[in-house]
Amino acid sequence: MKGSGLRAYAIAYLIFLYAPILLLPIFAFNSGTIIAFPLKGFTTDWFAQMLANQTLRRAFTNSLIIAISSATFATCLGVFAARASTRFNFPGKTGIMGLIMLPLVLPEIIIAMSMLVVLLAIGVKLSIFTVILGHTLICLPYTIAILSTAFNSLDKSLEEAAYDLGETKWSAFRLVILPLVMPGIISALLMSFTISLDEFIIAFFLAGNEPTLPTYIFSQLRFPKSIPVIMSLGTVLVVMSIILLAVAEYFRRRGLARTGQKDHGGFL
Amino acid sequence: MTDTTATASATKPPAPRKAKSANRYAELQAAKPMIECREVHKYYGDYHALRGINLTIREGEFFSLLGPSGCGKTTLLRTIAGFEDISSGVVLIDGKDMADVPANKRPTNMVFQSYAIFPHLTVAENVAFGLRRDPRSKAEKAAAVEEALKMVGLAGYGKRAAHALSGGQRQRVALARALILKPKVLLLDEPLSALDRKMREQMQVELIKLQRQVGITFVLVTHDQEEALVMSDRIAVMFEGQIAQLDYPEALYSRPVSRRVADFIGVMNFLPVTILSEDAETVRVDVEGLGEIDLPHSQVAAKGEDDEQPMIGFRPEAMSIFPEGQPQTAPRQNGAVIDEVVYYGDMTYYDARLDEVDGTLSAPVRISMRNVFGRDIPDVGTRATVGWSPSSLILFR
Repeated sequence: MKGSGLRAYAIAYLIFLYAPILLLPIFAFNSGTIIAFPLKGFTTDWFAQMLANQTLRRAFTNSLIIAISSATFATCLGVFAARASTRFNFPGKTGIMGLIMLPLVLPEIIIAMSMLVVLLAIGVKLSIFTVILGHTLICLPYTIAILSTAFNSLDKSLEEAAYDLGETKWSAFRLVILPLVMPGIISALLMSFTISLDEFIIAFFLAGNEPTLPTYIFSQLRFPKSIPVIMSLGTVLVVMSIILLAVAEYFRRRGLARTGQKDHGGFL
Repeated sequence: MTDTTATASATKPPAPRKAKSANRYAELQAAKPMIECREVHKYYGDYHALRGINLTIREGEFFSLLGPSGCGKTTLLRTIAGFEDISSGVVLIDGKDMADVPANKRPTNMVFQSYAIFPHLTVAENVAFGLRRDPRSKAEKAAAVEEALKMVGLAGYGKRAAHALSGGQRQRVALARALILKPKVLLLDEPLSALDRKMREQMQVELIKLQRQVGITFVLVTHDQEEALVMSDRIAVMFEGQIAQLDYPEALYSRPVSRRVADFIGVMNFLPVTILSEDAETVRVDVEGLGEIDLPHSQVAAKGEDDEQPMIGFRPEAMSIFPEGQPQTAPRQNGAVIDEVVYYGDMTYYDARLDEVDGTLSAPVRISMRNVFGRDIPDVGTRATVGWSPSSLILFR
């Protein structure tokens, strides 16, 4: 059959893509300290060690604060930019939007280096705040892309109709536009949260002495002893990601069902 | 409003209408002006979208703005609604200058082309949307919503999700949502263009009934001349940001002021003419294919664009056509050859070439005949006799 070759290719592709991730939980529960087959036995010690590790907990808290803050900032700014660019025409619009979207294609290392130089030059102390700044910058293009689609799919007369029915410009936005773009806002939040959580280069350059999850994991990989702990941390992150994606998909589908739109397939 | 049997007859193009009741016109003429536009201009950058609009729409009138796309009709409607600022001129609604009144404070409500039904709300929530600032109690508002839904034939639909409705139902929700606020003027932007033909004709009739029932001034924007003729008390035909003719439907149809208006409203045949002489009462013309005719000045269109070939115009139904040799009663008769026969069921359209004096044939003219049982339809290529009367001709020069 003609399709069998393609099917084999697809299966091989999926194994190559996901098998390494499946190894994480396997070794996280393996009692051996060396990451190699055969497996020794079952243990939850690594998880206990992970929870007891002060630096790791600090890195986790930092990453969470950074991801939540930059996701919030990037999404708020994204709402403004996406609405302005879809609703109004103003001089220099293409240029301005181009500049905002530029970090999408700019190598992160360049952003990280130039930000480091500028921040040091103006005397800002490196902290998780500077990482939040950097992450907001790189998340913004993604949130704008998602939110522009959300705003663009809205009929312009919806807002006019609300205004015509006696609402103010602000209440028309709040009562009609905001509920309808809410799925887009949630998508943008989750997308930028994910980007920020696993971002390494900017965090490495701008965090100063503060660890984030990716920089902590990277620093620990040098010590073979801590690798099983990293494996259990990886397992926790995978489970969290799956939960997050499921929540995102739930909200997306609910949004579609509530407004009766066709499902064009989200990120799942 | 739930009457579904009353559909408008589906002829294309429309036959001349019987005058609406003279009473209604007299009533409307006595009514106070509801919308007045004085020298309204609108520029978009360099583009001159409205070029000096002057019109008065009276209270209780069903008024249509008719024209091809890009003629400024929607812009004019949106300036009345307050969605567009005007560049110069005055718009008065119910005697008040609207210059500093934003759309949400004007006594107008709009039914949008896309209906703009809020998809995340139920039907009842949509209809009640404009009542948010209304001080009435919840129960009173709910009763008002139910009444508005009943008026548009959607009683009991309140709990449904708005996005699950059909096109015709959305249209009704949009109407109920606007009418519940009891505006002085209801603005309708191509409200029927998204509906299929049958639904559209049904809604036309329902809209007329609804308008009579609520007595609110309706201003309709449409590019469909048939729709305008069916529904309106008066029609303003617009081209390039100007009103070309503002008249009653039957006047617009039977006495268009220019070739362009004549061409836009229904089908108009044109034959080139030579003007022979003119005196105080009549103009004497020589029409290609029809011969010499005296036309009173009432049949001469007022406006004429320069260096255009003078033309005589007549509607397809102004002529009758029978197989050659069959007796006819029309005051003037010509020989002709049938070029094309198009059968429409109730009507048949013929393209016929009229005999010229020099033995050649004229350009084809379109003639429509109502089909009568037992009367044969002449065949393509056969000779026929065409009957007509000079009183149905209009001279454009």
